[in-house]
Amino acid sequence: MADTDLNDAAPSRVTRLAKQAGGTVFTLLITFIGLLAVTFFISRVVPTDPVMSILGERATQAQIDETRTALGLDRPMWEQFGIYVWDALHGDLGTSIRTKEPVIDEIARYFPATLELSTIATIIGMLIGVPAGILAATKPGSLFDQIVRLVGLMGYSMPVFWLGLMGLLIFYGQLGWVGGPGRLDAAYDMMMQFEVEPYTGMILVDTLLNGRWDIFQNALSHIILPAALLGYLSMAYISRMTRSFMMNELGQEYITTARVKGMPEGRVIWVHALKNVMVPLITVVALSYSFLLEGAVLTETIFAWPGLGRYITDALLVADMPAVLGGTIVVGAVYIGINMFSDLLYRLVDPRAK
Amino acid sequence: MTLLSVRNLRVTFDTETGPVEAVRGVSFDLGRERLGIVGESGSGKTMTGRSMLRLIRPPGRIEADAMTFDGTDLMAATETQMRALRGPRMAMVMQDPKYSLNPVMKVGAQLMEGLHQRDRVGRTEAYAKAVAALNAVQIRDPERVMEAYPHELSGGMGQRVMIAMMLIPNPDLLIADEPTSALDVTVQAEVLSILDGLVRDRGMGLIFISHDLRLVARFCDRVLVMYKGRVVEEVAARDLLNARHPYTQGLLNCLPRIGGNRGPLPGLDRTAEWAR
Amino acid sequence: MTLTEWLRDPNPTSRLQSRMAQSYLSWLRMKRNKLAMIGLLITVALVLMAIFAPMLAPYDPITQNLQERLQPPLTSGHWLGTDDFGRDIWTRILYGSRITLYIVLLVILTAPVFGLLVGTVAGYFGGWVDQVLMRITDIFLAFPKLILALALVAVLGPGMVNAVLAIAITSWPPYARVARAETLTVRNSDYIAAVKLQGAGPMRVIWGHVMPMCLPSVIIRVTLDMAGVILTAAGLGFLGLGVQPPVPEWGLMISAGRKFLFEQWWVATMPGLAIFIVSLGFNLLGDGLRDVLDPRSAGR
Repeated sequence: MADTDLNDAAPSRVTRLAKQAGGTVFTLLITFIGLLAVTFFISRVVPTDPVMSILGERATQAQIDETRTALGLDRPMWEQFGIYVWDALHGDLGTSIRTKEPVIDEIARYFPATLELSTIATIIGMLIGVPAGILAATKPGSLFDQIVRLVGLMGYSMPVFWLGLMGLLIFYGQLGWVGGPGRLDAAYDMMMQFEVEPYTGMILVDTLLNGRWDIFQNALSHIILPAALLGYLSMAYISRMTRSFMMNELGQEYITTARVKGMPEGRVIWVHALKNVMVPLITVVALSYSFLLEGAVLTETIFAWPGLGRYITDALLVADMPAVLGGTIVVGAVYIGINMFSDLLYRLVDPRAK
Repeated sequence: MTLLSVRNLRVTFDTETGPVEAVRGVSFDLGRERLGIVGESGSGKTMTGRSMLRLIRPPGRIEADAMTFDGTDLMAATETQMRALRGPRMAMVMQDPKYSLNPVMKVGAQLMEGLHQRDRVGRTEAYAKAVAALNAVQIRDPERVMEAYPHELSGGMGQRVMIAMMLIPNPDLLIADEPTSALDVTVQAEVLSILDGLVRDRGMGLIFISHDLRLVARFCDRVLVMYKGRVVEEVAARDLLNARHPYTQGLLNCLPRIGGNRGPLPGLDRTAEWAR
Repeated sequence: MTLTEWLRDPNPTSRLQSRMAQSYLSWLRMKRNKLAMIGLLITVALVLMAIFAPMLAPYDPITQNLQERLQPPLTSGHWLGTDDFGRDIWTRILYGSRITLYIVLLVILTAPVFGLLVGTVAGYFGGWVDQVLMRITDIFLAFPKLILALALVAVLGPGMVNAVLAIAITSWPPYARVARAETLTVRNSDYIAAVKLQGAGPMRVIWGHVMPMCLPSVIIRVTLDMAGVILTAAGLGFLGLGVQPPVPEWGLMISAGRKFLFEQWWVATMPGLAIFIVSLGFNLLGDGLRDVLDPRSAGR
């Protein structure tokens, strides 16, 4: 019976996947500890003394000693590192010098704004980039292909902060089509704080869950410009990669087979080739998603966007190292997480993955 | 009765260093018979086969004084007309099932695709037809194979799936382009005999493309020998061993023979005039 | 015999001739790629601008002239306008090209060399050396580049040299990857075995025989990365972590113009255009070079 065969096959594939997932998690854990080693190293060579920056200039020797012990600075280096890793794995990234709050709590507050922005940007980049890359690949050398190539290279060459300023100048300053910097107008900001239950921290999601259509619209008018600009950068990358993958697939013999079967060209490209392109595209989209987290650093300063990038740059300007490094660790961890996720998805989508 | 008629076929590739002619004036007629096309790699035999289906992609282009299939002018046909021919009327089996089957689609989906898309056949009927086709190529547990991905099949199985897929709509002409070259020697004979039986039963025309002279001689009625894009000799298969053209003789001589002497095999002494 | 005939000779008589003929063919192929030629033109223009800045610039880049502050473009004497200290923007862009070029040069003299060293050593020795080095490479790859650069500059303190250092530290891992892959393909070849039999030590094999093999792919990668270096440097400058005022660095100039973006748009726009054009030039050039030099993507 076919069914029994199938049932035999399915669990074995799942267990195999689970085993690989275990291996992946292990390597990623090592990478994460390596990442911590780098930030630890950076934090210990900082010229500013953490004790002084906490207590200020006029601390007594006793206070200094007490704080040193409390911070564990009197112990040997390797032990300090052990504690550092242990704490980080438990979500303790230290205390912000500027606000005296735990860094992890602050990041938890700032992160949803970045997540919201880069998710919408990735969706925009994907929705435009994938079809553009595919169409370009089907007519290599055509005018459309040249345009996609040039527009893509322009995206690669654009300083993201300048692009943001130009976007503000034109679409906000001159045309008035979009909301200005910030996530909401001031009036709506108050409403958001007092009238909306923050389930996720992402305004677009929370307002919908609360049924506040008016705030949703205002938030949309604010997010659309930065998301579109970041989406353009993501589109540049995704369209280029899609084109090159597609070119590769269209040269394969199974494409000829589909044509021999009399399948229309549309089906050959959008079903046969696309199914194969999807596999490497998963990695590309994941990568572009992590690039956007980074692009957000500069974009957020331009758009006064209270996200992780803004948090890090603000902390930088006042040399709040625990906050800077905590932010770095979180972004690094998200990188690693996205990597792992795309790796697993890849194995699920590609039947050949061993 | 002539099924396919080709006059002065040329296939040209426009490359950076100027045009390269892969096929230079090939002519032949084909009834419901088996025609072998033999030649070394690069002799233009594959391009000849693909031209019949008009599957040469840019920068390659096809020219011919005439190319007709069962009354249809292939050179003048629109792409839609060609699509209606491909599949139900003409089909092709390619060299290596590892590459010619879509790696991320289940075998069943690939088998039934034509029935769904072209003939608008319902699910159950398409499934039954696909299973029947797999049975016809002597696959023992067709239901399991339907659910498998191509990489889970052996080469011989894959090629049988490929043959089944191409024969489902019962085409009038099958082009087999080195259908067994990528397979293990032990499986080759099996696949060939399946192909042979099906083509014979259904009375199709067959173009069998191969570099293996003896195989072609055993399998076909007539043989075209190609060299550098031209047909240098056309002989009946049973007369092949008495072929006159020095290139054909040269090809025959490079094959080892059981019981023959064990000295080095002769190479081919090419003469420029063969290619004219 | 003319030069082109010599280059086109199908039977070269010397190694030099055959090599030149190869380059000539690549050049011909590249010349047909219009976008790549535009890229080359922009790059050459940048270099010339940097070299001849003092001769081309109508004013001094630092000296303030408060009577002429915030003049719009196309005013007489200031075709790109002036900034808030009355300095000619065109002059500052010209001088800024020197800083940009300087940063790019410093980065491509350090990061690829270091990456090449790590990659070839890892690939050549294999075993635990490879394991350790590649794990470290992976860790650096796991870092968000710009954010790591920010953290490094925050520690080292702002300034051009520190900015270069931070960019270099974050950009070597891809070169190590490329070099290692190339090394693995040549490591077991017969000519390496021959050199070893002649008694060459590992360092000599790597330096003299493995590294040269890795150079072409590393060079392609460098051209493609240059725009990225320019953008990162400008980003650091924009955040005030790179070159310090009053030096005319392009990112810094944008940041200064941000204050009057809506009233005096040109102050931020012009230097940004300069960054954009120069990065585009490098990208077009790198893209064209890859098409010509990388056999896998050649042809189409």
